[in-house]
Amino acid sequence: MTTEAMSHSSNTPEQPRLSMRRICKRFGATQALQDVSLEAYAGQVVALIGENGAGKSTLMKVLSGAHAPDSGTMLLRDQPYHPRGPHDARRAGVAIVYQELNLAPELSVEDNIMLGVEERRLGFVARRKQRQRVLQALELLEHPELTPDRIVGSLSIGAQQLVEIARALVSQAEVVVFDEPTSSLPAHDVERLFTIIRRMQGQGIAIIYISHFLEEIREVANRYVVLRDGRPAGAGLLTDTSDEAIVTLMVGRTVDTLFPEVPHDLEERVLEVQQLSGTPLPRQVSFELHRGEIFGLFGLVGAGRTETLRQLFGLDQPSSGCITIDERRTAATPAARIRAGLGFVSEDRKGEGLAQSMSITDNLTLSNLRSYTRGGLLQLKKRRQATLHWMERLNVKARDPEQTISHLSGGNQQKVAIARVLHQQADIFLLDEPTRGIDVGTKAEIYRLIGELAAAGRSIVFVSSYLPELMAVCDTIGVMSRGRLLDARPVLNWTEPEILKVAISS
Amino acid sequence: MASVDTTQKNSRDRLWQALQSLEPLFALLMVTLGFALADQVWGQGRFSELRNFRVVLVQAAPVAVAALGMTLIIISGGIDLSAGTASMLCATVLAAMLSSDYSITAAVTCALLTGAVCGLVNGLLIGLLRIPPFIVTLGTMTIFLGVAKRVAGGSTVFVDRQRMPQWLNDLSSTMPPDWQGWLPRIASGVWLAAAIALLVAVILRYSVFGRHLFAIGSNESTARLCGINILTTKVLVYVLGGLLIGIAGLYSFSLVKMANPVEGIGRELKFIAAVVIGGGSLNGGRGSVLGTLAGAAIMGVIASGCAQLEIQNSTQDIMIGVIIIAAVTLDQFRTRRQENA
Repeated sequence: MTTEAMSHSSNTPEQPRLSMRRICKRFGATQALQDVSLEAYAGQVVALIGENGAGKSTLMKVLSGAHAPDSGTMLLRDQPYHPRGPHDARRAGVAIVYQELNLAPELSVEDNIMLGVEERRLGFVARRKQRQRVLQALELLEHPELTPDRIVGSLSIGAQQLVEIARALVSQAEVVVFDEPTSSLPAHDVERLFTIIRRMQGQGIAIIYISHFLEEIREVANRYVVLRDGRPAGAGLLTDTSDEAIVTLMVGRTVDTLFPEVPHDLEERVLEVQQLSGTPLPRQVSFELHRGEIFGLFGLVGAGRTETLRQLFGLDQPSSGCITIDERRTAATPAARIRAGLGFVSEDRKGEGLAQSMSITDNLTLSNLRSYTRGGLLQLKKRRQATLHWMERLNVKARDPEQTISHLSGGNQQKVAIARVLHQQADIFLLDEPTRGIDVGTKAEIYRLIGELAAAGRSIVFVSSYLPELMAVCDTIGVMSRGRLLDARPVLNWTEPEILKVAISS
Repeated sequence: MASVDTTQKNSRDRLWQALQSLEPLFALLMVTLGFALADQVWGQGRFSELRNFRVVLVQAAPVAVAALGMTLIIISGGIDLSAGTASMLCATVLAAMLSSDYSITAAVTCALLTGAVCGLVNGLLIGLLRIPPFIVTLGTMTIFLGVAKRVAGGSTVFVDRQRMPQWLNDLSSTMPPDWQGWLPRIASGVWLAAAIALLVAVILRYSVFGRHLFAIGSNESTARLCGINILTTKVLVYVLGGLLIGIAGLYSFSLVKMANPVEGIGRELKFIAAVVIGGGSLNGGRGSVLGTLAGAAIMGVIASGCAQLEIQNSTQDIMIGVIIIAAVTLDQFRTRRQENA
């Protein structure tokens, strides 16, 4: 309802270049998209906004042909559009610049740009003709590093992203999607990207811009569409809508219920980090953590927060500095740090956090298997009992402890990852983006759990890029920028604008 | 109501899972029945004789033992291309020592140690230098071959029959003596293989080391995160695998009473095939004792069946190849269906 009403008022005379109407997509028990509509007009930027897990990526996968929608219609230039895969979409004029770059690092800039759309003559690559098209595209991008023969792997991340954009340009794309394009870019590259987007707009390309950074969206986009839990939450013109209104649409509930408060007290020091440095990150990070403390670590992507946690846990070796746990120093290996009472939840659940082909039981007990051995053999029944206990405690929804973990939803997987750290009886929890990519309900459960842990005398380092959750949950917030921990204060002495200011300073 | 439904669904799921783990055995049964039938129609009915099954078992046992070692390695996400030449190196050491008047105990000990050392070399190179197992073992494959040739002095080592202790002979005897009493008259080597299989199964299911193998093969980063010592575990699995591969070397020596290093070339592919037919995944994290045993037996049955039916050796090779591809295709098909469910 709101979607349609708003788009009518959005003052666009012509027909949309692309229109997705009432798209539905279901995966097993999860309704990933429900009646979602999106329109993109030539020469305009529409922002697709929503929290992680709101359905933005799924919608774009439907657009690119990676998933077929269960129902709904898609029109491109008023023609029915049913891509059978990314290549099909690209030929139809829809290009997507992904957050994780999809480049062949060993090939040259030209080869990457023309991959799959090579100029051919009798089966051979028509180099000269191809070179012209590549140079044309690169001209629009205007980047000193970008020459056709340069090997892509040797380029900076920002320049690599431009190669992806050049791909879209050479294939004459009429609709270009940017999927969180700034998340791994340094500030000056972000500015350059916005300039390029404006130029593409000038060429009449319809642009879909996905992000959850409101400032960015205001700078670059004309209209917005908000998704929440796979459903349309609102849409309209950015000039007509306040930031608060958009955030309310994104979260869809009052902040009180999202962040349950659990009273807890700070006691003696349990962890001291002095001048911790690594190559290249972090740089001379120092802080203290106390029993019962929730220490938030904020910063933009690339600020060095994850690196700090990994070195604390012994996964990476620091180049200098000193880590003292309970006034003792230990070997810098995960095994030694686990024995010292540390527990780590990785930000990369699929790649590192969980062994996707193993069962819930195996994943949950893996860091503390020895507690089930008798005479060198595992007591499987006891292990199953313990798994059931923790699944119940954290409200993990699964059929059976022996179920393969990859069959669970993201939120339930994350609960198992956290349960593993509880199971190994850690005293200090290092949580790296623990609420990323999980639904709002599970987020609230995890916030409560973190509070309860602190109340039980555990300590938590909570890394997040989502400031509201840190402000609501933490006792102390430290802000990192370019590898340094610039400032750490009790949460009451911070305001959100102050934190952001520190985070983007250098 | 809902809870009743889920319990029913649970027990059905578990029954389904149990059936799936028996799938390789089912395939073995089909292949055996197929040959038995074909033999009744076109052959001379010798395939189904008890004596023939003794032969099949004796021939499958060495492949099975080495393939069990390979199973451990593949579950941990590794591969051992040197297994064939390593196992022949062990046989050569044994033969060379027996023919130069060493005691049987010393010779067997040295042969098994050789297997373990081969594994240790592989494990250390893989763990310390972080070179992919495929490359490391591709290199050690020819290294072990070269070493074996030196030990053999350039040609096949023959051993005088009188020097062969009876028990080593019996290991692969198709007509074992009756001393085994209450045990069926099957070669002692087959019983040893069964015992090893049981041991490996217990290691995989009930030991911390076993679970760590699955974890490393499934996701090495996760294993590291959980405090598992990757280096030790990897070295240990290659040593253990090497030991089993060494035992397989004893079997092959006892079968032919001589050792020719060149015979080992390509044998590793048979071991790997047994694991893969049995449902092991070369991506790591998957594999089972029952599957590997069935895989080794299927290849044995095909070899024997083709011999009885006087089918050409070439046909036999083609059949095994088809079975490998069919097994993996079926497996992937099933995995995909599970993921979509």
